[in-house]
Amino acid sequence: CTKDLDRKPIVDVTSDVVYSSPATIKEALAKLYGGLSLSGQDGTNPVPVADIDAQDVGSNGYLRNYWEVEELTTDEAIIAWNDGDLQNYNTNNWNSNNTYIKLTYNRIYFNISQCNEFLRQLPDSKVSGFPAADAANINGYKLEARFLRALFYWNALDLFGDVPVTTEKDAVGNFSPKQMSRADLFKFVETELLDIQNTLPDAGKNEYGRADKGTAWMLLAKLYLNAKVYTGTDRSTDAITYANKITSSGAYSLAATYRNLFLTDSRATSKEIIFPIRANGLTSQSYSNTTFIIHGSTGGKMSPPDYGINGSWSGLRTRKEMVTKFPDLDSRAMFFTEGQTIDINNITDFTNGYAVVKYKNVSSTGAAGSDKNGTFVDTDFPLFRLADVYLIYAEAVLRGGAGGDRATALGYINALRNRAYGGTSGNITDAAMTLDLILDERVRELYWEAHRRTDLVRFGKYTGGTYLWQWKGGVQAGTSIDNRFNLFPIPTTDLTANPTLKPTPGY
Amino acid sequence: QDGSISGQVVDETNQPVAFASVTIKGGTRGASADDNGRFKIPVSNGTYTVVVNAVGFLQTSQNVTVKGNDAAVHFALKRATTDLTEAVVIGYGTAKKKDLTGSVTAINAKDFQKGAISTPDQLISGKVAGVQISPDGGAPGGASTIRIRGGSSLNASNDPLFVIDGVPVDNSKKSDGTSSISGSPNPLSLINPNDIESINVLKDASATAIYGNRASNGVIIITTKKGKKGGPLRVNFNTVNSVAVKVKNLDVLTADQFRKVVKDQAAIQNKPYAVDSLGKANTNWQDEIYHPAFTTDNNLSFSGGVKNLPYRLSLGYLHQDGILKTGYLERGSAALNISPTFFDNHLRVDLNLKGVVNGNRFANSGAVGDAIRFDPTKPVYDSKSPYGGYYEWQDGGVPNTQSTRNPVADLYLKNDKATVYRSIGNLQLDYKFHFLPDLRANLNLGYDISKSNGSVREDPTWAAAYTTGGRYHEYEQRTRNKLLDFYLNYVKEIKSIKSRIDVMGGYSYQDFLRGAPGFWTTSITKNNPGNPPTYTKPDSTQHTLVSFYGRLNYTYNNKYLLTATIRRDGSSRFSPDTRWGNFPSIALAWRISEEDFLKSSKTISNLKLRLGYGTTGQQDITASDYPYLASYSISTGTTRYLFGDSAYYMYRGAPYDQNIKWETTTTSNIGLDFGLLKDRISGSIDVYYKKTNNLISDIPVAAGSNLSNHVLTNVGNIENKGVEFVVNAIPVTNKDFQWNLGFNFTYNESKITKLSTVDDPSSPGVIVGGISGGTGNKIQIHSVDYAPYTFWVYKQVYDQTGKPIEGVYADVNHKGNGNLFYHYKSPAPKYMLGFNSQFSYKDWNLSFVLRSNIGNYVYNNVKSNRAAYSVVIDANKYLGNTIPDVLFTGFNNTQFYSDYYVENASFLRMDNLQVGYNFGKIGKNVSLRLSAIAQNLFVITKYTGIDPEIYSGIDNNIYPKTRIFSLGASVDF
Repeated sequence: CTKDLDRKPIVDVTSDVVYSSPATIKEALAKLYGGLSLSGQDGTNPVPVADIDAQDVGSNGYLRNYWEVEELTTDEAIIAWNDGDLQNYNTNNWNSNNTYIKLTYNRIYFNISQCNEFLRQLPDSKVSGFPAADAANINGYKLEARFLRALFYWNALDLFGDVPVTTEKDAVGNFSPKQMSRADLFKFVETELLDIQNTLPDAGKNEYGRADKGTAWMLLAKLYLNAKVYTGTDRSTDAITYANKITSSGAYSLAATYRNLFLTDSRATSKEIIFPIRANGLTSQSYSNTTFIIHGSTGGKMSPPDYGINGSWSGLRTRKEMVTKFPDLDSRAMFFTEGQTIDINNITDFTNGYAVVKYKNVSSTGAAGSDKNGTFVDTDFPLFRLADVYLIYAEAVLRGGAGGDRATALGYINALRNRAYGGTSGNITDAAMTLDLILDERVRELYWEAHRRTDLVRFGKYTGGTYLWQWKGGVQAGTSIDNRFNLFPIPTTDLTANPTLKPTPGY
Repeated sequence: QDGSISGQVVDETNQPVAFASVTIKGGTRGASADDNGRFKIPVSNGTYTVVVNAVGFLQTSQNVTVKGNDAAVHFALKRATTDLTEAVVIGYGTAKKKDLTGSVTAINAKDFQKGAISTPDQLISGKVAGVQISPDGGAPGGASTIRIRGGSSLNASNDPLFVIDGVPVDNSKKSDGTSSISGSPNPLSLINPNDIESINVLKDASATAIYGNRASNGVIIITTKKGKKGGPLRVNFNTVNSVAVKVKNLDVLTADQFRKVVKDQAAIQNKPYAVDSLGKANTNWQDEIYHPAFTTDNNLSFSGGVKNLPYRLSLGYLHQDGILKTGYLERGSAALNISPTFFDNHLRVDLNLKGVVNGNRFANSGAVGDAIRFDPTKPVYDSKSPYGGYYEWQDGGVPNTQSTRNPVADLYLKNDKATVYRSIGNLQLDYKFHFLPDLRANLNLGYDISKSNGSVREDPTWAAAYTTGGRYHEYEQRTRNKLLDFYLNYVKEIKSIKSRIDVMGGYSYQDFLRGAPGFWTTSITKNNPGNPPTYTKPDSTQHTLVSFYGRLNYTYNNKYLLTATIRRDGSSRFSPDTRWGNFPSIALAWRISEEDFLKSSKTISNLKLRLGYGTTGQQDITASDYPYLASYSISTGTTRYLFGDSAYYMYRGAPYDQNIKWETTTTSNIGLDFGLLKDRISGSIDVYYKKTNNLISDIPVAAGSNLSNHVLTNVGNIENKGVEFVVNAIPVTNKDFQWNLGFNFTYNESKITKLSTVDDPSSPGVIVGGISGGTGNKIQIHSVDYAPYTFWVYKQVYDQTGKPIEGVYADVNHKGNGNLFYHYKSPAPKYMLGFNSQFSYKDWNLSFVLRSNIGNYVYNNVKSNRAAYSVVIDANKYLGNTIPDVLFTGFNNTQFYSDYYVENASFLRMDNLQVGYNFGKIGKNVSLRLSAIAQNLFVITKYTGIDPEIYSGIDNNIYPKTRIFSLGASVDF
């Protein structure tokens, strides 16, 4: 009976089954997006259902890790938890063995690998075998997979510099992918986006949460805004080009009320969000999405039900330097101060530093989230939104980019400030519109939205001593840190698994 | 004195047996025979039973009547079937111990550990050199970690293969570490130890290779009791009744100590509000969750033989309460064996049927840790509490989700119970050909099936389930394992060339299927859209093994022995290109004591040298039955992604290696068996070297190259080397007093010699060993040149008074890069010792088993997680108890990576102490034996936790091992 040795999975299926019907292909596409917020195949259960090998399933999701590297390492946030080497984020003294950097890196590459697999399993020859309507849909999915892969490669080059690159042309196995320079990978991401931006659905026309022309333009704008960091060449003009495509598409407009952007019904109350990371307390449970941000930022004298949740995790607060960027009348300042000190004497004490109440698991009318248990939240995370486009436009103009003008830039900034102040009282003049103002305005408008580290790097204020914040470099008053920290190190585990890689400079 | 009894004691060849012990039953008189075997005992008139005992011979008795004369009696003793001629069950057949070429240890029922023993592995704990049996805890029917000569794998199974009456049984764990048979604490708890006649442990490759595909970690062969041909009906009733008690409490702060610490810390940490949270009670939470637990184990057996039909039927009933309140194990078992012969003994049939039903309630072991953490100033009960009347921490009118739960509520408000049915059976037909009696054919058809039904109910009032309105689910599982074995065996004695040839060749088919349907977990009281039922997916998996095997035994002149085996195995876990493996072995033995120069020696009665070399394969991958296939799984209903308003299930591709193949272990063994002074002293010494290549390892894979950051593939080598020494002696034997003692010693050292596809000296290795406290902290590492699971910690710096300085660690590596981790000790014992002894004086007997591990270290995670002031006033608005060690260290924050918490856990344990009295005949044909047994009577160790014997090396709120006192009675009819 040696034929019995050909056993096939009973519950699971093999790839040929998944890629044989349009319905299951869409479910494979859902995984590529799911990689933005979910931890595995069963959100609350650990291995073997977790996507990547991590001790704690809740900590392996994309949003949580990306949010932590962009926020905890800056003046915008600090975390109390004494988990492994997490505290090294707060004090900017990580090394290549850091567990959380490894999680971030592994999550980005997991997401990339799944995109590659999707594209690998659906060559044109196979797609053309489907009926025309299905084939058109599937070809659309492939464009989205390429968009997502471009997004994750952008994260990789932004955070790690020169990194290994694989595509659908590589087979699944145990080999050593080649490392690509940051500039070359920039080129690859740019080329991919330029190639798909015309064939994706029109801005705002795809199902909510899926990529369209708007998301591709946004990623291009962000890529070009930071091009000088990545390649040494300023691409402000291109940033303006793609910002303009977004604003002129007519698909997006500023939300009337700022705070509604971070509530459970943000999709219904505005057309501002270009690309959300979707959340739902019943169907999309994860400890790695906004569930982490909302629970994590609750503690002290705060009452969890006020934020639509069942308990506080007592972790996240902000630092004094961020608080002081807000004049009293700016309604975007959403802090909880009772029982909290503005200074941080003890990082691991939640009551040190103001708490932030920007994200809540309630709707604009005060309705609670769908998980009546109050554990998992419904609050989408606004990864890309129109206010960011306005600020990109203004900054690119100030950096000398062509195709835009200062008047429009000023108008954009004052549109945001008008919303923040409930009138024109906070409006600025052209003379006040400097690059430094833009950087501060980005804090006021976009704090806790996972932009800060990239912004500080672009302005040259992340490392060195020109700008200090509490506990920067591990000193309460803040101290200068080495320039190597502009990049995170490729983890030692990958340097070992892939001996062709060169370590990140300085580590 | 009216007369006397006199006579001579001789052996089968009529040679006198010197110094035999001659006693008169029921009296105190007796004599020792002289060097011619002659004796004389003066007696009064009457009829006596004279009993003769001599070392190496069977006990013999005769009735003698004295009527004023000297009654003469002649005793012709039969040589006892000593160890050397005893048949030992090996793979696919039996062998005489004197003919063994491999390393095999046989333990018979009379040498088993006694007392409250609910799983078979416990019977031989401490009895076999090279075998480590570490109970995972004290739960009823709980599993042990069993290792033979160390672990030879990293990610494949390290458990030995269990074969019961020729059926390899499922004793594996699922990938999440739970029993492969759902609803049972441990697959081995479904086997009644009372039915076992003998347990043989096959250790080296030449012994195990015949089980090739599953033998890399050794083989444990269990043979159950059988009836005897033509014997009268014998009925035995055996009962053991026990009380288990906790050994000790873990030291935590008392309520008063705690009140003081909270007040001090509230001032130091500027959290004055914490003082208001203190309660007025004085609760010892550990006393609240444990109780003395009763066990009764009753077995009734009938055995005998009706002509050519020997039979044995046994019935057993066990009820074992756990010391953790609410938990118990109940087992009813039945076993039937019939072994008739037909056609003038040409056809032997052996039918074994065993059936067991287990009923368990699993106590919520979360209570163990909660009892250590819970604030001792709080009462157990609170009449105003909405949480089932138990005191619980609250946060804004709902239970505090981050706080410790009331340990007593953990136990009573969660009901996790299951019923498991299992049957193992086989039919073996052994036919000796009529035309060629030297040739026999053996067909063995076996099965191992089980059916589990369980349910878990979390009460709606339980704080942990309060917001969901309670949770309830039922689950099922079935396993179905099949076996077919067929072999031909030809044995020929060729006197002319002083040779004996024994050739065997066969085929084996095994199939393992496990299936559990999906199930829904529902809210008990709030069946509303906010608490929808959640679905758990079905879990079904199957794998198949096919093998062809052969063995040659050749004996020349009764002195020189050769065993050669070859096995070709196929596993469904590997692709068609890699699934077949060939596993050969060869062994030589030389019975030196049969040589002329030793044959006449009075000192050396047995001396045998054994050399063995062989390769075995490993494919038992607990993580997956399909590691070479690109398999896709679908997500659960709560893990979907939203497109627009619709939530989409997600298909995910799992990482895979299509080239994954057999892991192979090569073992070399040199052994010497010896017997001195007519085997009054006997023993063996074995030296071995085991090397595993192509380890099936779950390793980090290069980013981008596979579908996750890790993949199961063949990477790395590991080696085990060691020495085993066993000696058994009979220092004293005379008519009243007999003393046996046994000692075994094991030295084993494991080392990883390769871990990645490329050598990278800068890579520390693979970090493993998750601990409690924080998120994702791990404390162990697999590194090249170190033992697996070596601790990976910081070197603590101490002040002049010997107190650890918080947060100050030495830079052992002198790299100055801020990476302070270093390798420090490992959980594996370097030496293991077992010492057992039996004394019998007339009808009394006393025996004990002492066991010791030396050089094993344990990370005291209970201490590292709790002995810091930061845990006292938790940021999440509750108080938590700490451990007095904090009063010494003064640590403010937890120091998880300090090597201060890696403690020497060497120990000496009194495993078993038994006193028995044999009443002999207490009526017509009724005899009675009583015994009193203490298990785990004491442990001598420096380890500061509750128990030092922790296989994983991480002490983390383990269900504590118990101390057990038993009374047993055995009645024969």
